[in-house]
Amino acid sequence: MPTSIPKEELMAPGHTACHGCGATLAMRYVLKAMGQKTVVSVPASCWAVIPGAMPFRTLDVPMVYTPFAATGASISGLREGLDIQGKTDYNVVGFAGDGGTADIGLQGLSGAMERGHNVFYIMYDNEGYMNTGVQRSGSTPYGARTTTTPVGKERDFKKENKKIVADMMIAQNVPYVATATIAYPEDLIRKIDHAKAVHGPKFIQILAPCPTGWYYPPEKTIEISRLAVQSRMFPLYEFIQGKFYLNKSFKPIDVSEYVKAQDRFKHLNDDEIDNLREYVNERWNQLLEWEKIYSEQKA
Amino acid sequence: MKSVTEFKTIMTGNDAVAYGAKLARVKFISAYPITPQTTIVEKLASMIANDELDAKYVEVESEHSALAAVFASELTGVRSYTATSSHGLLYMHEMLHWVSGQRLPIVMSVVNRAIGPPWNIWADQSDTINQRDTGWMQVYSESNQEAMDTIIMGYKIAENSEVMLPLMSMEDAFILSHTSEPVTLRDQDLINDYLPDLDLKFRIDIGNPMGYGSYDTPDGTFMELKKDMVDSMNKAVRVIKDETEKFNQMFDTNYGGLVERYRMDDADYALIAMGTVASTARFVVDKLREKGLNIGLIRIRYFRPFPYDDILEDLKNIKAAGVIDRSVSFGYAGATYSEIVSALYGKINIPVSSFIVGIGGRDVRVEDIEKIADTVRNESSGVYWINVKKVI
Repeated sequence: MPTSIPKEELMAPGHTACHGCGATLAMRYVLKAMGQKTVVSVPASCWAVIPGAMPFRTLDVPMVYTPFAATGASISGLREGLDIQGKTDYNVVGFAGDGGTADIGLQGLSGAMERGHNVFYIMYDNEGYMNTGVQRSGSTPYGARTTTTPVGKERDFKKENKKIVADMMIAQNVPYVATATIAYPEDLIRKIDHAKAVHGPKFIQILAPCPTGWYYPPEKTIEISRLAVQSRMFPLYEFIQGKFYLNKSFKPIDVSEYVKAQDRFKHLNDDEIDNLREYVNERWNQLLEWEKIYSEQKA
Repeated sequence: MKSVTEFKTIMTGNDAVAYGAKLARVKFISAYPITPQTTIVEKLASMIANDELDAKYVEVESEHSALAAVFASELTGVRSYTATSSHGLLYMHEMLHWVSGQRLPIVMSVVNRAIGPPWNIWADQSDTINQRDTGWMQVYSESNQEAMDTIIMGYKIAENSEVMLPLMSMEDAFILSHTSEPVTLRDQDLINDYLPDLDLKFRIDIGNPMGYGSYDTPDGTFMELKKDMVDSMNKAVRVIKDETEKFNQMFDTNYGGLVERYRMDDADYALIAMGTVASTARFVVDKLREKGLNIGLIRIRYFRPFPYDDILEDLKNIKAAGVIDRSVSFGYAGATYSEIVSALYGKINIPVSSFIVGIGGRDVRVEDIEKIADTVRNESSGVYWINVKKVI
């Protein structure tokens, strides 16, 4: 069923992001879905820079900048402060990168979700510390080369699997959890609409490919994010108040197609790509299992 | 004519500051418990649970989050409050800058406690002295009454349009926080007259969207904004004096502005102290006066803004002074000492000594202060650690 994308633009032209930036599209779609009555809180991240130096702004909503670890707590304070004044119809949105979410901000995120504030936490996942120049994050996938996991004589690419924050939020029983990507904007908007219907904490992890850090041509951003889903490197799912839905409506491709489209994986040999393939398959089976378990529980 | 419902009761310093926050009509509280601050936030939670206080209390998972939440709620235009101690304050350090840089007039209580290692929960002002350069005003109370009243005066001063800087209000661990004293609970109507509701000029408003804390560049306004914080801190000197005087008149109290002077009018020698050590020093001053020694006490209430002008005025006819610090700046002396010496430089040339006392809650006894006064009277200058055991 087609979902229309709202025409309203809350993001003005004239930002300072890199060409082909996935995070700009993520914000643009999120705000389209949220609407004008929205307050955005961003920690240290690309999005702390993208709107431009003061007094310039690229968003037509109030935007609160905070230190790196403060997203979860700042949206808690914003929500309660606004509610105290009867402004319960404002959407309060934390919009943080994967470093600010999976790593330094994880404690604050977990606390905010546990306390049950009526807030949205959007993690835009570009799988690295892109604002400081492509360093490894907990959300960086196995095999990726970053500036802190460089491939030199030692082939020191990231050897650990991706830390998946959305899974952690399900484990914490957050009322609404979803993954999305900018390649499927209707899906993304629909998920935010679903989230808006839930009173309480909402967590959405959006894959936002980064041409600068993933080393692919900027015009390929949408294509890469679509390949991420098709190769099952970034499965799309939704967890709504205890029910789990895995999106299987796409043409599956082999993980090597995704890997070979980006130079951050260029160094991987066949065995290492096999490792990724095995990981992707295991995770897919786990998600299928979750779908079964959660639907049985609720049936 | 309003009926005045002030009444005297007995309470701990921590209960007193909780009542201070209640009287200031805080609407949002977020805090993380840490000894010896804990009973403040327990008291506030119980006030809310019993409908004595109409506020939202958010129990966060860390002190960093406590101040981040308070930062955000204040930014929506709601008067907000938190409290902490020691390691909790250090954990907030980043947010301290964020609050002052955003010009949010938040008031926070800090129960002064030592910083480990080794672990130590007792009185020591190193935690707040560490935060000297964060852009917060700092007040050190000597009694539970003062601790309560300072929360109320603190919001009035912080929210003044000339100031718009946050304020830290200190109590010494256990000496005030957990010790009961007579305290007069202020009349709410009178406090409402003294302290109007918060009316934050720049706050979250979807009708007027702005960026709060956007990045700035070397040729932007960053440097000017930092200078403006310094200018506002300087303007706060007058505001503190005015607002304290107003409070004194309304409530028949006698707080000094930035400093409190005791028997200084004809003094030849001066002791300078901050917090509860001043009580012991005041006792010693009386004792030595009886013996014919012309000595007085300057109690520093505000460490930021620092009372440079008061100090110059107070010390102009003094032969020698001793500065008593319950904190230490490693590699030099007591922090108050270095402030005093810098205030005097090039203007008044008298011997000034630094006395480090009570670190980690070590008892500060009458005889310790007497020893200090003796050293001052001999017009020596140096850095002295008082009551340090010989370690074999």
